[in-house]
Amino acid sequence: MNITCNGEQRAVEKNSSLNDLVISLELNPQALVAEVNGKIVEQPKFTEQMLQDGDRVELIRFVGGG
Amino acid sequence: MLTIAGTQFSSRLFVGTGKFASSREMKEAVEASGSQMVTVALRRVDLNNPHDDIMQALDRTKIHFLPNTSGARNAEEAIRLAKLARVASGTNWLKLEVTPDPRTLLPDPVDTLKATEQLVKDGFIVLPYINADPILALRLQDAGAAAVMPLGSPIGTNQGIMTAMQVEIIIQQARVPVVVDAGIGAPSHAARAMEMGADAVLVNTAIAVAGDPVRMAGAFRAAVEAGREAYEAGLGKPSKQASASSPEEGMLTPDLDFIQD
Repeated sequence: MNITCNGEQRAVEKNSSLNDLVISLELNPQALVAEVNGKIVEQPKFTEQMLQDGDRVELIRFVGGG
Repeated sequence: MLTIAGTQFSSRLFVGTGKFASSREMKEAVEASGSQMVTVALRRVDLNNPHDDIMQALDRTKIHFLPNTSGARNAEEAIRLAKLARVASGTNWLKLEVTPDPRTLLPDPVDTLKATEQLVKDGFIVLPYINADPILALRLQDAGAAAVMPLGSPIGTNQGIMTAMQVEIIIQQARVPVVVDAGIGAPSHAARAMEMGADAVLVNTAIAVAGDPVRMAGAFRAAVEAGREAYEAGLGKPSKQASASSPEEGMLTPDLDFIQD
């Protein structure tokens, strides 16, 4: 199935969780916050957040800023 | 001691963490600055180039994170970023920035007030970045802002306190702390803001782009301390009339015979 992650189309396996996506991207889940279809998902809930075909996922984190 | 929303800060220098060459340089500069509050921004992860995470570079037991809403062009976008920032940082502190015009990065007063009202209701500790508008500062204070952050000059311009007259009025009127933010390009600018009675200053670009950011951070630390000390000591009033520092009695030389009109 296909999702959009940070604006890019991506194929993910069926029954993938948000955590599976984060791990496959080699990101540290501790440092992230996510939005799935505009709804905030906190890091502790990444594992139970299952992805559906067509989901829009945003992976966001802190960077240097003023 | 500076107190904002019940939290005490022994340092009156807040530091932005953008534009540094590396996380390590940023960390060392923050340490040299003595700052206890740093601003951070939220961005999408660049999936093709995931960098180190800034949260790991800084010791959060010593340094408060002040997430900003940079990039927000209106109240709605700022509120979305604020909610993400609260989840990501675990703090409800927020530097509210609403900047619709990317050329000037000047803040939108109407949407800043609108977002402040909403975010205060949602339990945020809101420090809004504003133009140096004394009436707006009062309106934000009434709306529950924990501090106000008037600009010295536009973000990243290093022009200093171009808004001095309005900032002075804000300082005279405000019951919440006043943090002069943006445009502070040199330690002398920071000292001036502190001498005027600002409660704190926020500096980013001037430190981050310095030849030696760690030394510059130390220079800002000294300037902020000197400026605050001078304010508390009580500065003399400026005058156009000269007044001798040495006694005028018992001169050893006769008065010069200036021509008097």
